Amino acid sequence: MAWQEKPLGFFTDTSICIGCKACEVACKEWNQLKGDPATFTADSYDNTGQLDAQNWRHVQFIEQIPDNKGTIATPTPIAGGQAWLMMSDVCKHCKEASCLEVCPTNAIVRTEFDTVFIQPDVCNGCRNCISACPYGVIGFNEQAGVAQKCTLCYDRLQGGLQPACAKACPTESIKFGYIDDLHAVADDRLAALQKAGYQKAQLYGRDTKVYGGLNAFFLLMDKPEVYKLPNEANATLPSRNNLPGYVGGVATAVLGLIAGLVAFRSGRMSGTDHTTTGRS
Amino acid sequence: MVSLAATFGRGAMTNHWRDIKHADVILINGANPAEAHPVGFQWFVKAKLDPTKGPGAGGGAKIIHADPRYTRTSAMSDMYLRIRTGTDVAYFGGLINYVLQNTLYHEDYVKNYTNASFIVKEGFDFKDGLFSGYNPATRSYDLSTWAYELTAPPAQAGGQVEGPATTQTGFAKRDMTLQDPRSVFQLLKKHYSRYTPDMVASITGIPADQFLQVAKIVGEMGRPDKVMTIVYAVGLTHHTTGGQLIRSGAVLQLLLGNIGRPGGGMNAERGHANIQGNTDHAISWEILPGYLRIPAPGQKNLDDYVRQSAPVKSDPNSWNFFGLNYRNFMVSLLKGWYGAAATKDNEYAFNFIPKPATNSSWMSIYDQALKGKMEGLILNGMTATSIGPDVNQVLQALSNLKWLVIMDPLPTTSSEFWHGPDMDPSKIQTEVFMLPTTHWIEKDGSFVNSGRWMQWKEQVIPPEGQAQHDHWIFADLFDRVKSLYKQQGGKFPDAINAMTTDWYKDPKKPELDEIAKEINGKDLATGKQMSSFANLKADGTTTAGDWIYTGSYTEDGNLSKRRNGIQDPAKNDPTGMGFYPMWAWSWPLNRRVMYNRASADSDGKPWDPKRPGIQWNGTTWTGDVPDYPATMNPKDPASWNPFIMNGEGVGRLFSSAMLDGPIPEHYEPVEAPIANPLHPSQSEDPVVFLYDQAAGRPNRFGKVDKYPYVATSYRLTEHEHYVTQHVPLLVGLQPQAFVEIPEELANEKGIKNGDRVRVFSERGKIEVAALVTKRLGPMTLAGNKTVYHIGIPIHWGFIGVSAEQNPERSKYWLANALTPFVGDVGARTPEFKAFLVNIEKI
Repeated sequence: MAWQEKPLGFFTDTSICIGCKACEVACKEWNQLKGDPATFTADSYDNTGQLDAQNWRHVQFIEQIPDNKGTIATPTPIAGGQAWLMMSDVCKHCKEASCLEVCPTNAIVRTEFDTVFIQPDVCNGCRNCISACPYGVIGFNEQAGVAQKCTLCYDRLQGGLQPACAKACPTESIKFGYIDDLHAVADDRLAALQKAGYQKAQLYGRDTKVYGGLNAFFLLMDKPEVYKLPNEANATLPSRNNLPGYVGGVATAVLGLIAGLVAFRSGRMSGTDHTTTGRS
Repeated sequence: MVSLAATFGRGAMTNHWRDIKHADVILINGANPAEAHPVGFQWFVKAKLDPTKGPGAGGGAKIIHADPRYTRTSAMSDMYLRIRTGTDVAYFGGLINYVLQNTLYHEDYVKNYTNASFIVKEGFDFKDGLFSGYNPATRSYDLSTWAYELTAPPAQAGGQVEGPATTQTGFAKRDMTLQDPRSVFQLLKKHYSRYTPDMVASITGIPADQFLQVAKIVGEMGRPDKVMTIVYAVGLTHHTTGGQLIRSGAVLQLLLGNIGRPGGGMNAERGHANIQGNTDHAISWEILPGYLRIPAPGQKNLDDYVRQSAPVKSDPNSWNFFGLNYRNFMVSLLKGWYGAAATKDNEYAFNFIPKPATNSSWMSIYDQALKGKMEGLILNGMTATSIGPDVNQVLQALSNLKWLVIMDPLPTTSSEFWHGPDMDPSKIQTEVFMLPTTHWIEKDGSFVNSGRWMQWKEQVIPPEGQAQHDHWIFADLFDRVKSLYKQQGGKFPDAINAMTTDWYKDPKKPELDEIAKEINGKDLATGKQMSSFANLKADGTTTAGDWIYTGSYTEDGNLSKRRNGIQDPAKNDPTGMGFYPMWAWSWPLNRRVMYNRASADSDGKPWDPKRPGIQWNGTTWTGDVPDYPATMNPKDPASWNPFIMNGEGVGRLFSSAMLDGPIPEHYEPVEAPIANPLHPSQSEDPVVFLYDQAAGRPNRFGKVDKYPYVATSYRLTEHEHYVTQHVPLLVGLQPQAFVEIPEELANEKGIKNGDRVRVFSERGKIEVAALVTKRLGPMTLAGNKTVYHIGIPIHWGFIGVSAEQNPERSKYWLANALTPFVGDVGARTPEFKAFLVNIEKI
């Protein structure tokens, strides 16, 4: 069954992530990534370190164990997940994607599924995207001479499959699907957690406040900063901070991009609202 | 497995993975399913996310995790209790006491489905940490003082007494009011009255108020409309008290009426993909396939064997299915193995089966080698050097051999054991043969998971290089031994020469499918595959390679290949309870929840209509495959009791089938930081077998003054024991050996996160990185003693990707260099999970 040309993405529910790293391994197996040289970091159970050219999924382990004399009570039913945070990080496939904006060769495109994709054969290795990405997602493959990151398994999507990480996730912490559907699932889950007393539980990237909205959005059990994610106050493109002086330039760039992409898209793109009004 | 069989009749996870989603409360002890069973953990999460589950008004199942370490499982739990390793009997005992004192047990269930009402013979006693019948000279119990008081023998002719030629002296006396002071119920109440919340705190380190919070939730689970599961793994098994640790949880579950019910059970999570299959097919020395006992010296014929092995019917309403069929199963096994050579006249070749006079469990093998009494050893699919315990002693044992054969797909720490720590290859005479075998992805065959599902898999890739299938190597070896016997004779050639290979087209290259067919067995009269073990006979007309698998490969083919699953739930899961009867095949007879007769009340109505196991519809039992005669009317006063495998027909709160006590009692590990608060003079399990002492070797146990920290060993999600040291992507996730140290202890010792440390016990040392964390921490024991745990992941050694990067240091990465050479009295499972160490910064 082929996917419809509608926005697709991830909803990563960190409250049920068990930190098994199956997503990391499945991603590497499918995308034929070797991983960085093995290093013991002594950072909880995280020896992957970061997202980069070789790591397109990265499970963060954040220990905030309170002092205790025997028990670490989690406040209410439904979920624990507050004392030892685990979060499978990934490219956010931003609606307002910095990487895509700075790419001089149009190597970075928005696909018919509203995902952000680096075309390796068009990438000239300038690394602008690497410094532009606010999430530090993109890395440079020295051997291939190109920038690399999560493709949201664009190749698997062509075959009607789901991305390797979501397929491998045993607890469905990583959910894959049409963004509209995922939004509904996420809203329900957040409501359940809030009802159960998890006051810090929050959605990240569900709405437009973070880079116009994220196609890979999260349910977090604490503030975004705890997960090294920019909060709403900081998660905007430079253009938004400096609208009058920047908007013209952006508009020109956008027009140029759109023109450059017409051929690429015409065969496959749905022409839905996002893809035409987006900055891509 | 020993303790489950001694309690319920069969040694396996009572329920299955998918079933965990039905639970209201999930008690996890001695297990870390989020890390060790991440795929199975999805069912825990499903229960958690289901608002109809949970104590009280629901809102999702509650997960309560008691563990020395705050693990990835704890992170997903609703309550975490920091419990001292090896003290779960005290924890469960405290819960049993709470349930009994507050009358929270499931009364109908306890009266009718357990042996609570059975009267124990006068003379049974428990005093100062010892049960009656103890003999200090032999360090063993005379089990006869733990027997039931019997009524007069039943009338001989006709009547209900049927079954094998077992001695039947009478039935057990019962008091259905449960008031008799010698009733199991009263004995249990008295025994556990000592397990007060304060005593629990003193032993386990769990503060009394926290314990009571849990007790309140657990106490609610005795209601018929609530159900709790207990999930455990080798964190309970790997102790000198392993059997009793598990049994204490099983007793709690019987009192709460949670055995046999969907969402309930005593659920053993197995540590390998196929370890359940291994056990079922007699990987353990004391059993034959299907948990038939290995014949013992002195048993001259089948009558002797059955009399001493089969359960004895001890209640008029007990079917005693196992006892009744023991001879049928044994003869069918012998007939399957020896074919035409097994005749009535030679007792169906009963005397071809060895009758071992001495214990031959894992540690006993290396004990013999240490004594210089072993010439050679074949290690197939496991590496003795890494799996220990006390690997320095194991390395010495391997050095004492004349030859060692390793059958493995990849190099192991045993195939290159002379590279081990402090080994001098020039002094080792052992000749080592490495036979490369196929990996499981290079052959077909079946895996049997924890939930007893036999699932067939296909070969994925062809074998590489000269690798041979393990079963072909053994078949070839067998053929050669047979030829030697034929050519040269020998002391007892029949046992080898008479063994049949009729099942295989090519006896030197048997197909696994042929073996599966053989295991199921056939009717020799018709030549057809057997469809049920209920039809096996003792007259030599049927075969069964493993009776519990009879029914898995019928005339309809290999049922373990079935894959009717969630692609069509309406069709494939007609009850909606997740049994999926047409997915693979589950022993026994495709039952998904064992002892499911106990899921319904005496009239056959489910205790909880929302979660039915089986139910009586007036003419037949419907739902899961009944663990009971399919058309037996429960309202018939003569109908059988629910636990058909036990002689009593009920679950055993009190079990004389355990060698170290009929009621679980807390004993300290052999190396313990405190004296047993219950009875300091009898601190450890009095019947533990002490190998070194028995062999006259120096003692290798340490004391708390020299080794003040409690250590426990375990696995991580990222690795599968030792084999994944060859998998670069997994090595990348956890690249090298480390220990986990509580922050407070690290501060005391001046150890910083990432520093190299030396951890040492009386037996050996490891030199690894320190991971300093608050996930471990201090606990207060015996009133005022502060004790720390040190956590020791096991996965590394001197072979594999990490070791190649650091060959010198990697010698001191064998976690089992630290563990003690001692184990449980029944199963002889080593005490990997509780021992004493010291630590210093390097």
